[in-house]
Amino acid sequence: MPGSQAAHSQTVAVHGEGHNPALLHHFATEEQQRNSASLGMWIFLATEVMFFGGLFCAYLIYRLKYFAEFSAASKTLALSLGATNTAVLICSSLTVVLAVYAAQHAKRSMLLGNLILTIILGFVFLGIKAVEYNEKFEKHHVPGPSFQFSEVNIPGHPGQYANPTHAQIFFALYFVMTGLHALHMIIGIGIFVWLLTAAWKGRFTPEYNTPVEMGGLYWHFVDIVWIYLFPLLYLIDRHP
Amino acid sequence: MATENPQPERVNYLNKEYGVGSWLLTTDHKRIALLYLLSITFFFFIGGFFALLIRLELLTPAGDLVQADTYNKLFTMHGMVMIFFFLIPSIPAVLGNFLVPMMIGAKDLAFPRINLLSWYLYIIGGVMMLHCMLTGGVDTGWTFYTPFSTAFTNTKIVEAGLAIFVAGFSSILTGLNFIVTIHRMRAPGMTWSRLPLFIWAHYATSIIQILGTPVVAITIVLVAVERTLHLGIFDPKLGGDPLLFQHLFWFYSHPAVYIMILPSMGIVSEIIACFSRKRIFGYSFVALSSIAIAVFGFLVWAHHMFVAGISVYAALIFSLLSYAVAVPSAVKVFNWTATLYKGSIHYDAPMLYAFGFLGLFTMGGLTGLFLAALGINVHVTDTYFVVAHFHYIMVGGAVMGYLGGMHFWWPKISGKLYPEGWARLAALIVFIGFNLTFFPQFILGYVGMPRRYYQYPPEFQVLNVLSTAGATVLGVGYLLPMIYFLWSMRYGKPAPDNPWNAAGLEWKTASPPPTFNFDEEPVVTWEAYNYEELDAPHNDAPHKQEVPVAG
Amino acid sequence: MAGNVDALYIFLVIVSGLMTLLIFTAVIFFAARFRRRKGVPAEQIEGSTPLELTWSVIPFIVFMVIFLWGAVVYFKGRTPPRDATEVYVVAKQWMWKLEHAEGQREINELHVPVGRDVKLIMTSQDVIHSFFVPAFRMKQDVLPGRYTVAWFHATKPGTYHLFCAEYCGTQHSGMIGSIIVMEPAQYEAWMSGGSTGPLSATGEKIFAELGCATCHRTDTQGRGPNLHGVFGKPVLLEDGRTVIADENYVRESILDPGAKIVNGFKPVMPTFQGLVSEEQLNALVAYVKSLSNAGVSGVNASPAVVVPAKGPGKAPAKGSQVQ
Repeated sequence: MPGSQAAHSQTVAVHGEGHNPALLHHFATEEQQRNSASLGMWIFLATEVMFFGGLFCAYLIYRLKYFAEFSAASKTLALSLGATNTAVLICSSLTVVLAVYAAQHAKRSMLLGNLILTIILGFVFLGIKAVEYNEKFEKHHVPGPSFQFSEVNIPGHPGQYANPTHAQIFFALYFVMTGLHALHMIIGIGIFVWLLTAAWKGRFTPEYNTPVEMGGLYWHFVDIVWIYLFPLLYLIDRHP
Repeated sequence: MATENPQPERVNYLNKEYGVGSWLLTTDHKRIALLYLLSITFFFFIGGFFALLIRLELLTPAGDLVQADTYNKLFTMHGMVMIFFFLIPSIPAVLGNFLVPMMIGAKDLAFPRINLLSWYLYIIGGVMMLHCMLTGGVDTGWTFYTPFSTAFTNTKIVEAGLAIFVAGFSSILTGLNFIVTIHRMRAPGMTWSRLPLFIWAHYATSIIQILGTPVVAITIVLVAVERTLHLGIFDPKLGGDPLLFQHLFWFYSHPAVYIMILPSMGIVSEIIACFSRKRIFGYSFVALSSIAIAVFGFLVWAHHMFVAGISVYAALIFSLLSYAVAVPSAVKVFNWTATLYKGSIHYDAPMLYAFGFLGLFTMGGLTGLFLAALGINVHVTDTYFVVAHFHYIMVGGAVMGYLGGMHFWWPKISGKLYPEGWARLAALIVFIGFNLTFFPQFILGYVGMPRRYYQYPPEFQVLNVLSTAGATVLGVGYLLPMIYFLWSMRYGKPAPDNPWNAAGLEWKTASPPPTFNFDEEPVVTWEAYNYEELDAPHNDAPHKQEVPVAG
Repeated sequence: MAGNVDALYIFLVIVSGLMTLLIFTAVIFFAARFRRRKGVPAEQIEGSTPLELTWSVIPFIVFMVIFLWGAVVYFKGRTPPRDATEVYVVAKQWMWKLEHAEGQREINELHVPVGRDVKLIMTSQDVIHSFFVPAFRMKQDVLPGRYTVAWFHATKPGTYHLFCAEYCGTQHSGMIGSIIVMEPAQYEAWMSGGSTGPLSATGEKIFAELGCATCHRTDTQGRGPNLHGVFGKPVLLEDGRTVIADENYVRESILDPGAKIVNGFKPVMPTFQGLVSEEQLNALVAYVKSLSNAGVSGVNASPAVVVPAKGPGKAPAKGSQVQ
């Protein structure tokens, strides 16, 4: 989203005399600038919660209404791929934390390394997602004119029947929710590429590393959204 | 952008730099406010033009001025433009942007570049909406209910939806900017309890903007996706629920009306305090009422759905909560009225607009009580009664406040004085024209005229003709300020720093202000609305800011 | 009914009028009385917490009175009387199609006798509409995909406007009609003017034509539940839930049979979505209603009660099935 990118472009040095070149004109102190950036990012994340919230609300209502279909449709998702992606994102949150630590402690190679790792893990996530989407496409589970759903018998519930029209709602929500999430991942990767460039140029010091922190917050948020999406979409009514 | 000729030695935010680039790439909150002023005024005229056509059509019972489809597009575009491209940005983006940093003693908002981005997003959304209108428009009503909007109409829903989505982002960023600014950028000594009520009002508004707007954003995404891929999220034929759309839509759109009115209430507080020369009665209660309205405003959305097919029990709850949200608004009206008691009242144009606000907002708010009553709602919902109610609040309330604020702060913004005589006349014309336009609509609604009708039974004609006549008068009332504000920029008398001798940090700097607002960071040691000090016979208050001579 | 709405309305007009007068008077009086005079400064008054509480609590109490009154009126308006005459309404862009239980069909007009409770069972073929009769102070949105219900009791003969009150497209303002309230004698005369027979009889025919009786037999051998005595009573479902068999339940069972499986039966019923029109659905609903003793609503208190069937030779199944 453009907002977060703009929020992180505040590191452009303006002048330097006696204070950190990264301090912007309208702020009185660096602390004020840092606190403002932080509050701004948290508020932005709150808006993102509300944005995804509408989808979670729709999901909740239709899951209650069409549980059988949601159960059947969920079981057609590749659990192993979803679980792998969850692990990938959790690891990437670790690399983000390490990157922030590195920035705060002037450990340049650790910072660069973890930023690169985060980006790589982000791409891995997207790659696995692409594989999953492709599988859905091949099975005609993509909502629209060519949608077909033949898994009408629900495992574990003999005698229950899944209406394909209602299953389509599951997949509509699946694609919109994971698609929106993936879009946020792509933006996150973009942010981290920018952070990597800035870090390469030596912009971050123990005195000034706010963009890394803010980028980290954003990444953690995207990670948490997935932590919710995974069980809600992949783990409906699964039994060992 | 118009330039003017200030005193040769005074550099201010207007004459500091010239050239289109210096405006289009500015990060000065004051210049951005003016960019917004131009843009929203443009859209106000567009929306107003549609209103004119609507009222002309409704002069006669038959549908004879435009075709049915055209009329449906007219009221849809009137609503969408007025709400998303005029009312929601208006006060926050113009007066809020200009004044919030100054009122708290800051040099700028927390995120000046995001502020500029907000404006560009607004413009992009506006251009998209214009394009949509010019290439066919939308005919769903601004509420674009499903399944009509997703599966039945052939008009440009997706494009209009995306335009609103982008403009909504602008709104979110403005709200985010204000909240961070108010939290983090207050000058030393500017505690929360010393903040002008204008700031409290904008703070409450911003909370709604950041929490509510994303929900309509995702709703628009779902509608767009459903339309393009023929999904069934809202379509009953495919297992979807049209009521889910309504819930998601109104979850934002109800709080949105508080986005539209709270800033105006903030302006009214400032004006009444200044022109009564006293602190607003019950400052804390007025401040907290703003917050209460923002919070409760999120709990009442389904009062737009009492006949939509929700359960009786849900209806009961939402009706009850709707009465709860009415209390803080009533409290504010009482406090403003009480402020007048033992004041020293002057009838300058801003005050006339504030009086108009008091009367019209009271009437609009009381009719809200009618609508919240379940038994009445069944009869008057979806009729002209509702149309009258919300226009009383939006136009009689929000726009009156906006105009009052524009007059009050015009000297600060432009460095010129507007012609007082014409301004008072305009205020009067607006008040009269407004009542003539919209009061008959209450009656029309109760006797049964539904809304969004371009032809109607002949017995409704008289009231419609009255309403159209009023609209013409109202239009004149709105044109006048446009003309004399423009006139004043060239021919108006230069304004002193504080023509009203008003309280507030914004008045302690030059008119127009220098780019960084204050030469030195103010240190606040006095309470808000210190009119007693300001009106004291010898005003040599040691904390008064020096008039800056260079930017 | 309309009278109740008007009474509350008048009360609100009076309260609002008084309040408006109060505020206008106060503002004008204060503005005049306290206009700026040389040498008379304003008096700085911080506020008054008792006053704030007073003018918060008193309005709130008044609001609660209005709320309760409005709620009572609303509740009555949304609770059709038990033995109301039923009329089925199908809304479509841009007309109203109405069918009396006795079978008469009307377009954009509804003839009713004065003094009778009339219940409207409504659905839409396409988008959301709204059935609005200003004279009766009655309005109810009409939705696609489900039934909504409204009722009225006309007290004076005459012709009254019927409007569509939910924007529905091009001819939204043309989707108007009349409610024609007649003296009982006149109404009888109008009724005998020919119809296709009672709606339930039409439904019975459709029931046979579509082969419903193959599974929904009146003995225990059917693959589907016996429908006699079902309407208006609780139904125990396969998943343990209990629902009342109302109009929406019957409609859903025809269009989406897999949504609710009756306890003891398998999900083998095919869907008739796309194979029946709204009018046919109404007829089928009317037919199923006619198979119940009381017809409209008499709901038993306890869920899995076994009710002896009307038909001969039917032994109730052991405990688990509600007839």
